[in-house]
Amino acid sequence: MIKMSARTDCSAKESAAIRGGAIILALVTVSFFIMILGHNPFSVYGSMIEGAFGTVYRITETLRKSIPLIVASLGISLAFRLKFWNIGAEGQIMMGAMGATFCALTFPDLSSWLLLPMMGAASIICGGIWGAIPAYFRAKWRTNETIFTLMMNYVALKWLTYLQYGPWKDPAALGFPKIPGFSPNAVLPNVFGLHAGWIIAIVLVIIIHLFINHTQRGYEISVVGGSENTGRYAGMNVKAVIIYTIFLSGGICGLCGMIEASGVNRTLSVGITMGAGYTAIITSWLSSLKAPVIPVVCVLFAAMIQGGTFIQMAFQIPQSAAQILQGTILFFVLGSEFFVRYRVSFIKNIKAGGEK
Amino acid sequence: MDISFFTAAVVAGTPLLFAILGELMTEKAGQLNLGVEGMMLMGAVVGFKTALITGDPFLALAGAMLAGALGALIFGVLTVSLRANQVVAGLTLTIFGTGFSSFMGQGLMGEVIPESMKLFFADFKIPLLGDIPVIGQIFFNQGMLVYTGYIAAIVAGLYLYRTSIGLNLRSVGENTAAADAAGIKVSRYKYIHILIGGLLCGLAGAYLSLVYIPSWQENVTAGRGWIAVALVIFCRWNPYRVLAGAFLFGGLDIIGFRIQKYDFHISQYMIDMLPYLVTIIILILVSAGKSSAGSPPASLGESYFREER
Repeated sequence: MIKMSARTDCSAKESAAIRGGAIILALVTVSFFIMILGHNPFSVYGSMIEGAFGTVYRITETLRKSIPLIVASLGISLAFRLKFWNIGAEGQIMMGAMGATFCALTFPDLSSWLLLPMMGAASIICGGIWGAIPAYFRAKWRTNETIFTLMMNYVALKWLTYLQYGPWKDPAALGFPKIPGFSPNAVLPNVFGLHAGWIIAIVLVIIIHLFINHTQRGYEISVVGGSENTGRYAGMNVKAVIIYTIFLSGGICGLCGMIEASGVNRTLSVGITMGAGYTAIITSWLSSLKAPVIPVVCVLFAAMIQGGTFIQMAFQIPQSAAQILQGTILFFVLGSEFFVRYRVSFIKNIKAGGEK
Repeated sequence: MDISFFTAAVVAGTPLLFAILGELMTEKAGQLNLGVEGMMLMGAVVGFKTALITGDPFLALAGAMLAGALGALIFGVLTVSLRANQVVAGLTLTIFGTGFSSFMGQGLMGEVIPESMKLFFADFKIPLLGDIPVIGQIFFNQGMLVYTGYIAAIVAGLYLYRTSIGLNLRSVGENTAAADAAGIKVSRYKYIHILIGGLLCGLAGAYLSLVYIPSWQENVTAGRGWIAVALVIFCRWNPYRVLAGAFLFGGLDIIGFRIQKYDFHISQYMIDMLPYLVTIIILILVSAGKSSAGSPPASLGESYFREER
């Protein structure tokens, strides 16, 4: 007979080992899949690593891809701490990028010192409002935020498509539906070979870590996330906590949109997010919503994406294989959390008298 | 607006119908599976591929349903046996399913369903019912799968409200501990209905790739799985209302395309927002009106662990 009991004594080391084991199991499972496709899993994984970290250029590319994941994961982690299932990061990134692009296209001649902060502020406000709308209704009537935030993604996508094919279409592109490129003033400068978004990401990690652990506002998020009633009895304004936390969550995701539009694309298009809003859900959960862990997980995920493009060229394995790999890893980690929370012991049949 | 619009709305609503019913069954067992979109995509690609290889419509549908059920099984193991967070497990299933479908669908772009199969799914008139003016034209001059959808909704309603198993199922979703104490095999009920949900979502996906489109498109579901999750709320967990909800949204789905010929001065992209905006408005309205008749199963989304009270 299998007996399960709740446990609270799982040490940090032990739980890290369980998670690590889960990731290895996931990699083994995907190996079988790769073998069915007729490839050698070691050489596929090997070239994924080589594709992600093999040269300075590839490392830069991997880091470049990790920046939107880090920033969006930080935003999502705030919402998830509140048990607010914000899966609207995708739309919040787009709205943020739209806000930044509006500034970039309206004031192309403004000095960078003014224009870039202005774009950043616009992106935070746009993304924040996009998050605060579902948060308001969740706080007021407990409207299901999961579906609400998701629907907002599609509304944002259609809105962006409308802008790209309509009012913001570049007249110089001879009818091709694209938004004009940014002026150099609206482009994030390069610092050590990578756009300055990486500095923003690192600063954000530190700020969020301090905010959660060392401020009253951050503490309120943890309390309300644990139990809304506890927060209420402690005299917190639960509705306000929900709305401003999700404003922050959406605002950070919006800033991610500005970084991508300004630092990487130097324009805006419907493909701006590259699915970062969805991948970041996985990465923030895998990081246990801890800000310092987020960059580590995100760089690994970016390596999988970057390595995924590489194995596409080397083995003709479609890039979507990386998505399957990510999904599988999360499946295993999710399943492994059971063993962090419960002790599973095998006991002999009662008839045999082995149980005390 | 002519009658053909309503006929087309029923066709566009049918994939939603299957997906809503599937999610409804799952939620009645107290499990919130947000992987509908993923299971639909898995069903769509497996159904399409099976159709191309075998040319057999039954095999294609069966393959699609099994693919959906496979996704549901992963969800079941994680959330029922391993008590993982249902929201995150469902989201992961969607991400996995999206990857799975674009992986399997590589190289299928532009492929078309064989003619013989299109014939199999073609419209036919139901005697008598099909002769009723207007209603007959809209509802009873359709393809085989549309009729299957009507029957599925009615069977689901009878099952939930007129059988003792259905009663047991509802008690599992409402108060898992009480159901357990009454001797109902809670985990078995949860697993079975999660799997039924997966079968139906797989079928919904197959309807899109085999009948509705019928050629391969990447991301063929385009958010319909998510709309289905929202429509379960709109239909207030009642299978009979699912018929209305599905066809209403089928209409919204095609209105953007239809309206073009009337030369309104509205961008098509704005009209394309409609289904999503209406879903949001419905969500708000349902949550604002707090009638208990349409409330979700009380244990929805909670993991159940017998030794933890």
